[in-house]
Amino acid sequence: MNCDETRDLIHGYFDGELELVKSIEIEDHLNDCHPCAQSAKQIRSLRSTLSQDNVRFDLPKSLEQRVRSTLSSNIEPKQRPGSLFWRWFVVGASAIVAVALVWVIAGVFSRQSSGDVIAQEIVSSHVRSLMADHLTDVPSSDQHTVKPWFNGKLDFSPPVKDLSQQGFSLTGGRLDYIGSRPVAALVYQRRQHSINLFVWPSTDSAAESERASVHQGYNLIAWSNGGMAYWVVSDLNLAELQQFVQLLREQTPDGPAKM
Amino acid sequence: MRKLQSLYKRKTSLTDQNKTVRFEAIALPHLGASYNLARWLVHNDHDAEDIVQEAYLRAFKFFGGYYGGDAKAWLLTIVRNTCYTWLQKNQALRLADPIDDTVNDAVVDFSDPEVLLLQGIDSELVRHALKDLPVEFREVVVLREMEGLSYKQIAEAVDIPIGTVMSRLKRGRNRLHAMLATHMGKEDDNELRRNA
Repeated sequence: MNCDETRDLIHGYFDGELELVKSIEIEDHLNDCHPCAQSAKQIRSLRSTLSQDNVRFDLPKSLEQRVRSTLSSNIEPKQRPGSLFWRWFVVGASAIVAVALVWVIAGVFSRQSSGDVIAQEIVSSHVRSLMADHLTDVPSSDQHTVKPWFNGKLDFSPPVKDLSQQGFSLTGGRLDYIGSRPVAALVYQRRQHSINLFVWPSTDSAAESERASVHQGYNLIAWSNGGMAYWVVSDLNLAELQQFVQLLREQTPDGPAKM
Repeated sequence: MRKLQSLYKRKTSLTDQNKTVRFEAIALPHLGASYNLARWLVHNDHDAEDIVQEAYLRAFKFFGGYYGGDAKAWLLTIVRNTCYTWLQKNQALRLADPIDDTVNDAVVDFSDPEVLLLQGIDSELVRHALKDLPVEFREVVVLREMEGLSYKQIAEAVDIPIGTVMSRLKRGRNRLHAMLATHMGKEDDNELRRNA
């Protein structure tokens, strides 16, 4: 390496941005060339001068508190809606209660269970993910990319299976919020149909068998296994969705022993 | 009814709290770096504090669009953009006079046998010289030397190619060294005169 090349690359060398071979060539040149070695010394001395603590500006003590309170006051209005909101909320809620009463009398509502509430949330989440074009936070067909992505975002590790061999290709994962808790949503694709698979820990061992239902034209299948609750939703036909569930269950062992 | 209300209330406050807690855990550790960058870009304690506060609020609003990754570079990008908006509003930025990244002004001559080392130089002098450096050089020097960002992170934060990061760092350092060398030279002269 000559002096011109060294002059071009020496800053990259000091910043640790050069590949190893180039770094070694620079070091060799600095050993041989006095003027370049001298300017290297100058750069080094400037760098250590700039990184002294008293050149930097220290964080004022009050700023962290100020930022914290800005953040919490920013979400305050949502937490405590104004009285006008509550008045309308009460009016709306009364109307809902009235309608619900009619349903109860008609006997339609007699078997409303927590499962139905969750089914509704699942369908809403599925529709929203397609509507807002926000299917995946981590777009990847690699199960070894998708699974670790959830680390630190959830307090459990969802099983992620690749079923592309069987025609259900994994397209990614995302965080979602169902039944007042954060859950893992895994996204699969079958032809033009998106499938959302929701997973979260559950102690409901009574519901191990599959339950299929239809909400707003979407097929849903729910089951639990190895301490996890699973819900799958799609506009795919029921037969193929059942096949998907079957494949998943074959690949997912009974999971960790229940505590 | 009451149950429904409290349920609704609990759910919204839970998600909001979750978001705030997650944001604070990710963003607050970089408050020092954010303040230092803002302070170097706007040269004033009060404005720098206001800017950091505004930038963190912006970051919090965009937080839904943040899916992991380099939090420090992400935040410093937002802080830098907030600074530039402020500088433009206060007409402190000379936008009519963009710097030419193709020029390679080697102020420090490599063939110069006189090596001036800056050991023991007064940190106020260093601050003064850095303050006088054009903002395009100053920001890359601050991000690299004080915040330890890589070329790639700087390229993203400042929105310039990696090659430009390297050339701006090189020119910025050369100018700084020249400025400091002149200062030190003057001090030496003064000392000589005083001693004479």
